[in-house]
Amino acid sequence: MRRRLLFLLPVALFAIVALYLVVGLSPERDPTLVPSVMIDKPAPDFVLPGLFDDGQGLSTDDLQGQVSLVNFFASWCVPCRAEHPILLRLAREEGVPLYGIAYKDQPDDSRAWLAELGDPFQRIGVDLSGRTAIDFGVYGVPETYVIDRAGRIRYRHVGPLTPAVIEETVLPLIAELRS
Amino acid sequence: MRRGPGLLSGVLLALLLGLAASTAGAVQPDEILDDPTLEARARTISQDIRCLVCQNQSIDDSDADLARDLRLIVRERLVAGDSDAEIKQFLVARYGDYVLLEPPVKPSTYVLWFGPAAILLVAAGGIGLFFHRRRARSAAPPPLTAEERQRLATLLDDR
Repeated sequence: MRRRLLFLLPVALFAIVALYLVVGLSPERDPTLVPSVMIDKPAPDFVLPGLFDDGQGLSTDDLQGQVSLVNFFASWCVPCRAEHPILLRLAREEGVPLYGIAYKDQPDDSRAWLAELGDPFQRIGVDLSGRTAIDFGVYGVPETYVIDRAGRIRYRHVGPLTPAVIEETVLPLIAELRS
Repeated sequence: MRRGPGLLSGVLLALLLGLAASTAGAVQPDEILDDPTLEARARTISQDIRCLVCQNQSIDDSDADLARDLRLIVRERLVAGDSDAEIKQFLVARYGDYVLLEPPVKPSTYVLWFGPAAILLVAAGGIGLFFHRRRARSAAPPPLTAEERQRLATLLDDR
């Protein structure tokens, strides 16, 4: 009996290797995705000048007391253009407070871009140096963060938002954080 | 027509330039610190930090914009008097252990660090056991006892 179990060993080894391959080569998995270490940590301290002349900048204090989204964008970023209709819909139909951070983008370019595509943001901070983005752990635009009432980061999405991400992850999370 | 020396020096120059290029990384002249000791430390740290855009390059090698920003941060913090470990911690706090090209040794990476050695030991142990058993089986049988020898003699005499 024990000898027979020994013959099962290669089958068991194959199963282990197969499991790794199924997980590792799954088309769902993006091997370049870097998980955020900022989850459940307070949003980093920042004070950014505003994009418009109304004197409204964006700082960590603005993220307190409500569930909100922070979106890093740039007019030179093509995927940002792709996700923009989704941000507009979130702001208009779902009433989610959206804050924008213009990453390494000339303010004139950001303004022209928003004039063309529509402005979903309540406030926009200008991060010309990209240092606030680095404090958030951003490694490419667009990135979107869900911030809870206490100003903590609860979720980070890398790359353009998709309807699936919004319906399956972002909106349920916002509803949960609001309740 | 004295082309020889011109050609030779041209080849030498090309070799020297190639050598210089291979050691210069992606560091731009405007990034380099005035203090050569700090700059050397900056280079060493940068070679251990992963560029998150190109991922298999260090920030010292990468031309990505973010890599340049991180190189500048490394140098700023060096000038501010941070230790090498503090600078790495600053980056790990934002980007996680993934930003280090050499993963740290801690419980979650034990399998990574010691797994290959463990597999090697188990395999060596298995092979050792296999040969040990085979030798035990093929070893010469114990010599006959006096009784057995007598019986054998009787059997042979019966012919």
